[in-house]
Amino acid sequence: MATNERHGENSPYFDGWKAYDAYPFHPTDRPDGVIQMGLAENQLCVDLIRDWIEKNPQASICTPEGLHMFKDVALFQDYHGLPRFRQAVAKFMERGRGNKVRFDPERIVMGGGATGANELITFCLADEGDAFLVPSPYYPAFDRDLGWRTKVQIIPVHCNSSTNFQITRPALETAYDQATRTGSTVKGLVIANPSNPLGTCLDRTTLESLVAFATEKRIHLVADEIYAATVFHPTTSTQFVSVAEVVRDNAADPARCDPDLIHIVYSLSKDMGLPGLRAGVVYSYNDAVVRCGRRMSSFGLVSSQTQHLLAAMLSDEDFVGRFLLESSRRLGERHGRFVTGLDRVGIRCLESCAGLFVWMDLRHLLKEASYEGELALWRVIVNEVKLNVSPGVSFHCVEPGWFRVCFANMDEGTMEVALQRIRAFIQGKAAAENNVVVVMKPPGKKRWQKDLRLSFKTVRRSEEGHVSSPHSPMPRSPLLWARN
Amino acid sequence: TGSLQNFLNHQKPNPRPQPQSRNLFFPSHPLYFQRTATLSLTPFPLLFSSSTLTLSTYFPLTPSLRSPSPQRVSRDPRRGPMTESPSSEPEPPSPKPRAAAGNGMRLVVPLQGVVQGRGGLILGSLIPCALFYFLQLYLKRHRSPKPPASSSNPPSPSSSSPNLGDLARTSSRSNLLGRGSIVPVRLSSRGMAIAKPNDSPYYVGLDKVAGDPFHRVDNPEGIIQLGLSENTLCFDLIERWMKENLMDSLMGGDGAELSINGMATYQPFDGLMELKVAMADFMSRVMGKGVSFDPSQMVLMAGATPAIEILTFCLADHGNAFLIPTPYYPGFDRDIKFRTGVELIPVHCRSTDNFMLTVTALDQAYNQARKRGLKVRGILFSNPSNPVGNILSRETLYELLDFAQEKNIHIISDEIFAGSLYGTAEEFVSVAEIIEGEEFDKSRVHIIYGLSKDLSLPGFRVGVVYSYNENVLAAAKRLTRFSSISAPTQRLLISMLSDAKFIEEYIETNRKRIRRMYDLFVGGLDQLGIRCAKSSGGLYCWADMSILIALYSEKGELELWDKLLNVGKVNVTPGSACHCIEPGWFRCCFTALAEEDVPLVMERIGKVAEMCKSGH
Repeated sequence: MATNERHGENSPYFDGWKAYDAYPFHPTDRPDGVIQMGLAENQLCVDLIRDWIEKNPQASICTPEGLHMFKDVALFQDYHGLPRFRQAVAKFMERGRGNKVRFDPERIVMGGGATGANELITFCLADEGDAFLVPSPYYPAFDRDLGWRTKVQIIPVHCNSSTNFQITRPALETAYDQATRTGSTVKGLVIANPSNPLGTCLDRTTLESLVAFATEKRIHLVADEIYAATVFHPTTSTQFVSVAEVVRDNAADPARCDPDLIHIVYSLSKDMGLPGLRAGVVYSYNDAVVRCGRRMSSFGLVSSQTQHLLAAMLSDEDFVGRFLLESSRRLGERHGRFVTGLDRVGIRCLESCAGLFVWMDLRHLLKEASYEGELALWRVIVNEVKLNVSPGVSFHCVEPGWFRVCFANMDEGTMEVALQRIRAFIQGKAAAENNVVVVMKPPGKKRWQKDLRLSFKTVRRSEEGHVSSPHSPMPRSPLLWARN
Repeated sequence: TGSLQNFLNHQKPNPRPQPQSRNLFFPSHPLYFQRTATLSLTPFPLLFSSSTLTLSTYFPLTPSLRSPSPQRVSRDPRRGPMTESPSSEPEPPSPKPRAAAGNGMRLVVPLQGVVQGRGGLILGSLIPCALFYFLQLYLKRHRSPKPPASSSNPPSPSSSSPNLGDLARTSSRSNLLGRGSIVPVRLSSRGMAIAKPNDSPYYVGLDKVAGDPFHRVDNPEGIIQLGLSENTLCFDLIERWMKENLMDSLMGGDGAELSINGMATYQPFDGLMELKVAMADFMSRVMGKGVSFDPSQMVLMAGATPAIEILTFCLADHGNAFLIPTPYYPGFDRDIKFRTGVELIPVHCRSTDNFMLTVTALDQAYNQARKRGLKVRGILFSNPSNPVGNILSRETLYELLDFAQEKNIHIISDEIFAGSLYGTAEEFVSVAEIIEGEEFDKSRVHIIYGLSKDLSLPGFRVGVVYSYNENVLAAAKRLTRFSSISAPTQRLLISMLSDAKFIEEYIETNRKRIRRMYDLFVGGLDQLGIRCAKSSGGLYCWADMSILIALYSEKGELELWDKLLNVGKVNVTPGSACHCIEPGWFRCCFTALAEEDVPLVMERIGKVAEMCKSGH
């Protein structure tokens, strides 16, 4: 354990972090520093939380108002978690899912953040050498969280832009069959919904088919719903549907949904923007998993002081209601600004409705459509444009040229600087490649940029005429990848 | 071992055996016929059957491989096992791997004897085994994909065997299974092992108290908790400190902008540097003169429980072992073995030595473990010992270090009770102090610490791994992502631990009060005729109640424990839960008691003692 490489910190995802750590951006001290856009952190509503803590001093138990609770809380070491904390989290989970489903506090198992919760559920469900299917692109740290200590292998189910990276049943079947053929025992399917890094939500039909798939194959379905309340454009087509709704609606039909197979991972790190508090939980419909998980809780328990504080905060229904509305509004606004800003320089993002990031399409800027090309461009972005974004390859994305860019971990000004840098970069690049002076047109008139994009493509094609076929700019067939 | 690992991985038991795999006995591949041909050369079919069993230990989940007799297989390969009962029964759960291995060992030995006797038999017995194995491997790898769920589907075209009929039937069966959802949901086997009810009296007692806790006013008939080593003697000091250092809110005192940003957002998983510095200072104070701790050698995590687990993950692989002197803390069985798969080898200590660890016993246990084929990776001990409360002498520590150096293994010293000392005769020496001056290889020494006992804040979940090994530190830092301490709690502790005056006073007062409780409690037991082992630290005493047990055995001990719990209404921890080799010893924690409750505890224990003596 101490010597193996499965911690995954050699991936580019972490290289960018190192660049940021070495010289971080600061508006006055280091205006040319690297801007951190690789961290999915929600800092947009910190002020709301601070106000609440100021108005409710008793909750922290370290104030005159809360001191009488100190002894009980400090001594509490039951790995079930404080009952009022579990009740409050169950309530919050209901609230964050539009009060459409009920959650039983007795089914909540404490884990050390979502990270610890993910590992805990993996320990419960799979033995060393077993496999989990995970639709790619997926969160890079899954490799570590699900597989490092548990020694469970992750088998990516490749999704590509032709289906907007939506997971399809045939892709799933292919991955499952192939895994079984090569002798792996598939124990489960892990989905992130809303997806990290895509920011998309699974629609009800897809989710139902995934549940049916798991039920049919008798494998577990772990739904990582830590971004559930970050949905910012809840239209009918992009609504977030929790797997809990599917369980509620289909529990009567054991052939389509076996609740014993369904588990939810949840945390307050993203929805409330409180990752430092390490409050992550597993919600399982399976009694044996709850029992087993409880016993493991002591390996990653949240401090009782924090449980007490959060229990008080989440039980304040007024506050939670206001917070969720405001958070969603601010995220939507930030997302809108950022996407519009990118759009002005001809950069498209995958259409998304949730999350703290966008999935940015830079395929047209790649010198060659390969991982090398992607990493080359990424190095330019980190070292010259000075933005730490995360390349698609670190998310196991099969199509080179996609990048995850986080927008909620900074203030408005920093985001503007980031956009400014991207703009300058694109202009500089265009000028160099076309050898003409490019004049930025005011926003709103997009036709011109579209032309610009076209001209990129022509330039690129002529360059790549010399390149051998493996680096074809055409997106590769997922089947081709699946065999590799 | 890499190749062995691969080999075993290929043979990973399939928890939901697919009917196709049963077809392995009636394969279409030429190898199969080759195997039967070789078989017919074998003069002793009996011999073959025993060798098949040896192999089948690699297939612990497919007992069907064992059931058909080899003769039947060789005579009529077309007769499918699917038509007969033994193999089409639902599979029984997997036998434990260890049991399977033991089975294999027993079977290999006679086979070896025969083979060594007559060289010709090697061909007759081992080759079929090998071929059979490779055949399984081959078929497993080239198994045709499962046909889609439609019974009208034609048989798989890839099959060119004469057993097409069988194949078609097989797939239709699997469809039935899938449709009816009759296959039970399976967790991981390690998950199941953890989920099964815990029958250790340690946990049974704790649960029992949780259901009916004693309270002087509200529940005077409830069970008194002497089974949990927590300390409430000095809570008034902590509360006073909180009052005097009131933080306006969580945001801290130095202007509101010390800010939620340093708290709510992601923090380093292995603990804030300020807390490490404060913790290093606290540890130096606790461990006594001359020991200094370097914050950069420290990794913080959410409690001593994850600390010990993370350290175990760093030092040992699945199947390795640690030596551990008994009696030991009952929670170790859970904390260490649950998920890491590391074994604990008891090194038995006895009352004649006052349960002191001796290198002779250590050496004996080490050699026995080696004989069992276990790889010993380290020695784990608690100092002051939990549950006995005795302290390792300087000389013993030197001997231990020499032993570890000689055997090239690690030393894990759990010093979580280092600040809870009450003895005056013995002096506590941290292993950190020993290795400071001497020429030991420091990289094999690791210390576990936490604030649950010495600062009596178990709810705050603060544990420390202090190591002199850079690789261990690097790995442990990364592993803390699974169990890091919540940031507000860290901030609170930074201010508390940095208040040197308060900490001095706390440590001093705490020791005095533990001493007082110890005298009261042990004195009370003494009046009942119950003697305790000589001890100097911890929140408990180790009481010898062997005079009260009817049967001098574990059974007798547990009967007494049951009486104490259910009749006497006091929950103590029996020695057997701590793997003590001598029956009749009990751990009693006295630091969560109020002084005025001690007479009541003595009265209750005395009542049970009377019962035992009068033979009821």
